[in-house]
Amino acid sequence: MPGLEDLYREIILDHYRNPRNRGELDCPPALRVEGFNPLCGDEIVLYIKVEGDKVSDLKVGGQGCSISQSSASMMSAAVKGRSVAEVRSLIRTFKSMMSIHEAHLDAGGGDGEDDDGAGALDPSTIGDLGDLAALQGVVKFPVRIKCATLSWNTLAEGLDQAGGAAG
Amino acid sequence: MTSTTAAAGTGPALQPRAREGQLDVARIKADFPVLGRQVYGRRLVFLDSAASSQRPRAVLEAMDQYYETTHANVHRGVYAIAEEATRRYEEARAKVARFIGAGSASEVVFTKNVTEAINLVAQTWGRRHLGPGDAVLLTEMEHHANLVPWLMLAEERGLELRYLPVGEDYLLDLSDLERLLDGVKLVGITLVSNVLGTINPVAQVAEAAHGAGALVLGDGAQYTPHITTRVRELGCDFFGFTGHKMLGPTGIGCLWARRELLEEMPPFLGGGEMISDVRLDGFSTNEVPWKFEAGTPPIAEAVGLGAAIDYLSAIGLDAVRAHEVALTSYALRSLADRHGDDLRIFGPADVALRGGVLSLAYKDVHAHDLSQVLDQSGVCVRAGHHCAKPLMRRLGVPATARASFYLYNDEADVDALGEALAEAGKLFF
Repeated sequence: MPGLEDLYREIILDHYRNPRNRGELDCPPALRVEGFNPLCGDEIVLYIKVEGDKVSDLKVGGQGCSISQSSASMMSAAVKGRSVAEVRSLIRTFKSMMSIHEAHLDAGGGDGEDDDGAGALDPSTIGDLGDLAALQGVVKFPVRIKCATLSWNTLAEGLDQAGGAAG
Repeated sequence: MTSTTAAAGTGPALQPRAREGQLDVARIKADFPVLGRQVYGRRLVFLDSAASSQRPRAVLEAMDQYYETTHANVHRGVYAIAEEATRRYEEARAKVARFIGAGSASEVVFTKNVTEAINLVAQTWGRRHLGPGDAVLLTEMEHHANLVPWLMLAEERGLELRYLPVGEDYLLDLSDLERLLDGVKLVGITLVSNVLGTINPVAQVAEAAHGAGALVLGDGAQYTPHITTRVRELGCDFFGFTGHKMLGPTGIGCLWARRELLEEMPPFLGGGEMISDVRLDGFSTNEVPWKFEAGTPPIAEAVGLGAAIDYLSAIGLDAVRAHEVALTSYALRSLADRHGDDLRIFGPADVALRGGVLSLAYKDVHAHDLSQVLDQSGVCVRAGHHCAKPLMRRLGVPATARASFYLYNDEADVDALGEALAEAGKLFF
């Protein structure tokens, strides 16, 4: 059985205790997006500023557990200043890391091929995630996966909205 | 005919589990197979009975025995085991009727759970009697099961929904009751809050409601498993409870209503069993309670619920309640001694006014994290909004961790909770 040390890595607790990029941005020009985890009541508020093809700034509000809050904190640090395309790619990589568990279960009868667009994670790309790789242990606690992915799904929705507004 | 019901579900409970009102918890624990298992090499400390209780061997054996010896569809076959199945199903209904103080078994409708019982009332009685301008009075501490069916009906029919507020003392604030009741046709109220543990003064509210011409629906999900239920003395007109929170199986609950209300209400789901005649151009309904039981009902589950009632009755609900009052009192005292201001408990301080449900906030540890750390100690608590989001907003927290007690819990379980809380504190601070 997985232990707590798999879940609560020191770096996760650090981001939980000292969350990066907490706050708000003026809307507009920034976009405000909310995400909810209906199971536990966690909520995340993202303020996303897209300039040109870049996510120039990102602030995080809301409340939730250590996993949802640290994931949002690490995400904010990882995506700030990156191009929208890079951010979208990072979202895909992170979400596929969070689906390792399902891929592993499926692998019992086959080759572990993933069935959606996210695709199974190529282990070599975990390195691209930096600190975020610390959240890998979450997949051993399936109930908590939604905590880890809450901010990422919210970010993806925000980028879709920003894209729509720009286009 | 064989005596299939002779001792089903009652055998092990014949030995005393309570003496002079004191529960023999060690012996009771031994009746519940799952409580003998370990997780992470630790003893299972089950503190989530408010979500769903565990089952004693007597219930499991009664259901197995029913399937092994008796099963056939009810109210249909003209052969021995079909008649036995029907008899056992209806015996279970009679046990329920006695257990909750119903006037007769015909007032007891088997449903899937309380949620279905409340939806049944909303969709049958509610649709017939409630229209634009009518008001329904609920409370801020209702479970979603007693909110959403009325929100749905309000949307469809243009009803006004009002709410009795929860005071700072975690009790219902009745100071404005008279005014709130003006124009109200139905009051929906939980007997015990699944978040706060608060026992509501339902008889008092019912008296006022009846004076204002309103009917009363009581949600007994957290009450009937723990406190002797007498639906008529409570002043309820409709009352729901569920089997799986009181040692019975999942998939069976009950709606009780006064006979004349059931007679007058239109049917809920359509299908077999609920009809007396079907033509290609219409149908007529069966008598109550079968009018509300479309399709093959949960027969083995009814048998299991009957066995759970036998088990609880042999111990006595007054003894169960006394045990839970003592244990809750111990928990409030010992947890406060150990954790002081680090621990907040959302609920009445007076154990006479509350059930054994403790909603906790520990330091700033989120309920999810708390529950996760407690799990490593084998301690099972519920974390989240407990299907009572409006109440959580009222309390100003996104979630709480909730420990809840039942007859198989003891002071060692409370101590394990206290110890596990300290572990959580060490990890996050």
